[in-house]
Amino acid sequence: MKLLNVSGSPHVHSDESTKRIMWRVNLALTPMLLVAIAFFGLNALLIACVSVLCCVLFQWLIEKFLMKVPSTICDGSAVVTGLLLAFNVPATREMIWLVAIGALVAIGIGKMSFGGLGKNPFNPALVGRVFMLISFPVQMTTWPRPLQGLLSIPTTDATTGATPLALFKENQLGATNDIMHYFLGQMGGSLGEVSALAILLGAIYLLCRKIITWHIPVSFIGTALIFSGILWLCDSTHFMDPLTTILTGGIMLGACFMATDMVTSPMTRKGQLIFGFGCGALTIIIRNWGNYPEGVSFAILLMNAATPLINRWCKPKRFAK
Amino acid sequence: MKTFAMGGVHPEENKISTEAVIEQFPLPKTAVVLMTQHLGAPATPCVAKGDKVKVGQLIGKAEAFMCANVHSPYSGTVAKIEGCKDAFGIVKPAIYINVEGDEWEPTIDRSATIVRECTLEPKAITEKLKEMGIVGLGGATFPAHIKYSIAPDKKAEYLIINAVECEPYLTSDHRVMMEHAEEICIGVSILRKALGVPNAYIGIENNKPGPIATMKAMAAQFEGIIVQPLKVKYPQGAEKQLINAITGRRVPSGKLPIDVGCVVSNVGTAFAVYEAIQKNKPLIQNILTVTGKKLPSQHNYQVRVGTTYADLIAHSIGTLPPTTGKIISGGPMMGKAVSNLDAPTTKGASSVLVIDESEASRAPESNCIRCGKCMNACPMGLEPYLFSALVKNDRIEEAGAHNILDCIECGCCFFSCPANKPLLDEIRLGKNKYRAIMMAKKK
Repeated sequence: MKLLNVSGSPHVHSDESTKRIMWRVNLALTPMLLVAIAFFGLNALLIACVSVLCCVLFQWLIEKFLMKVPSTICDGSAVVTGLLLAFNVPATREMIWLVAIGALVAIGIGKMSFGGLGKNPFNPALVGRVFMLISFPVQMTTWPRPLQGLLSIPTTDATTGATPLALFKENQLGATNDIMHYFLGQMGGSLGEVSALAILLGAIYLLCRKIITWHIPVSFIGTALIFSGILWLCDSTHFMDPLTTILTGGIMLGACFMATDMVTSPMTRKGQLIFGFGCGALTIIIRNWGNYPEGVSFAILLMNAATPLINRWCKPKRFAK
Repeated sequence: MKTFAMGGVHPEENKISTEAVIEQFPLPKTAVVLMTQHLGAPATPCVAKGDKVKVGQLIGKAEAFMCANVHSPYSGTVAKIEGCKDAFGIVKPAIYINVEGDEWEPTIDRSATIVRECTLEPKAITEKLKEMGIVGLGGATFPAHIKYSIAPDKKAEYLIINAVECEPYLTSDHRVMMEHAEEICIGVSILRKALGVPNAYIGIENNKPGPIATMKAMAAQFEGIIVQPLKVKYPQGAEKQLINAITGRRVPSGKLPIDVGCVVSNVGTAFAVYEAIQKNKPLIQNILTVTGKKLPSQHNYQVRVGTTYADLIAHSIGTLPPTTGKIISGGPMMGKAVSNLDAPTTKGASSVLVIDESEASRAPESNCIRCGKCMNACPMGLEPYLFSALVKNDRIEEAGAHNILDCIECGCCFFSCPANKPLLDEIRLGKNKYRAIMMAKKK
């Protein structure tokens, strides 16, 4: 007679899986990829392809030859890291090969050295990005202008330009400052951060699918908005206005896609609010008083380091006291 | 619409046997009656090999405090008294009976007339519950006479009848309510009287419009019975969650429902109470669902205790479908996988659930991605992912400090885990180890 299975309850499972979550995140990242390709052309597409392929390849090689475990590349998490890494670099020709180094650091050091998906304390894409920023500061801060489309900014036809944040740091952000342009994607910057609209589209999808909750994005962006607003009200000549602050640079991308990474952010809603607050506050501090024009990456990495402590402190409400 | 405070999941309902009218299951040729069909110590056999027994005759006497009487569900001869493996492979003392005819004890009223009037005093009611071997039929099989004997320093304020049936597939409560609403209401009135509480609340999930309408119509004829529809959410049928949904109260950690003035009984128990008190019939039968997606037919049976699982399957569907992968006694969320089909059913058995092999195996486990789904699904507000990690690393006392004993083993964590981690397996192991540590400390 055929033997029956015997196991502990429950005997049914929801259709939830790590694989489905990761591929849904990839789907949510697609609008940003399309906007980046539309604005930056072939370079953006090539950077994204190289980044994704390298991340997947490095993970496969490490799992096969170093860790000697079954491959997990199909779960889509390496693709997420690849796309996010690509979204964090400028769309220049040099980046097409430089991003491969970033991918090696992101996957090799950021993720696999800790044991793979779920064990990494820091967001792998940000580890790769910060490594590149420190190692190749010039290449990482040379931005091409987005192609001039329907809603283009009337500027000179230079092929490269600084980001609004860099311009502001050098007191050069002047008449071209137009919030609607930032929202739709008409600004200098990394691949993924140019269009807040595309980011919001992806974020809304993730919210609807319950992959992320509103707590981190809202507290991150809210803190940045309020903090920069207070600074701006105190001295509007030295500090950037709050709306421009949140629409430029990596705040939107960071708040919606990098800080919300399940693995490296707190588990409870309360912890997530604290995490988002920390990210927002650190970002504004680094932007205004640090050496770098942009502080999102450092802010999130610092809060990643604080996550285990936050988890320890913020426990879920118990049903029975 | 009312429901419990936190957590919970929505498994696929699969209530495919709701329309199957309750059938009488035929008598087997030989039967085995286990002496442990309840929470607590086994009953002591009070018949000997070769004795003739009648249906309803006491054959196992409750001698310990936490124990329940066992009566013969069959007439015939006692073949032997020895250990028998139950459905899960655990050997329990048992009485084997060669079934001969169907001769009942004359004290049992087998007529169809419904007796509404109950003149017994509360104390006499609990005495009779003990005599008739009534246990809770919601799953835990807690002896009813103990539950309804309220300690003098405690006071019952609410009687809650659990008709939630939140487990997927199961339909026995649904059918009992559709077919025996009046008997249930009489049973509830008796229990209400035993406790001396003004009102009894029957909690039914909103996905059962038929039973809600039937019970509401019947309850209107009785004093102090309120039918409370509830929002559909698993595990609403868990005692603590049901109390919370209906009264808003929360049973504190390590305490019992009576500590917040509540007593909870299953709707099937209310039916058994009616039969015991009004008809002198001991608990020798229960309603059981035979169901499964791939089965040719779905059934609800009134089955005598001691019928084997193999008999149930053979009579209801003939042979098992060739792709059968697992058989579960109970629902798919909290039921136990059956490892021995030759084992007899017990008082608390609620179903024979046949699962196809495509759904019978667990998916491979991967790393925890800290998504927090287990934590958000936990109706007790615990951290299953943390228990899993702590138990794996043998940090049992830390797991205890994080209230691992609060876990009600509903399975919501494992059900919702995207990494397919066997969270509940690890939590069960942790609970057992922690209890052992606490016991050792006491000594």
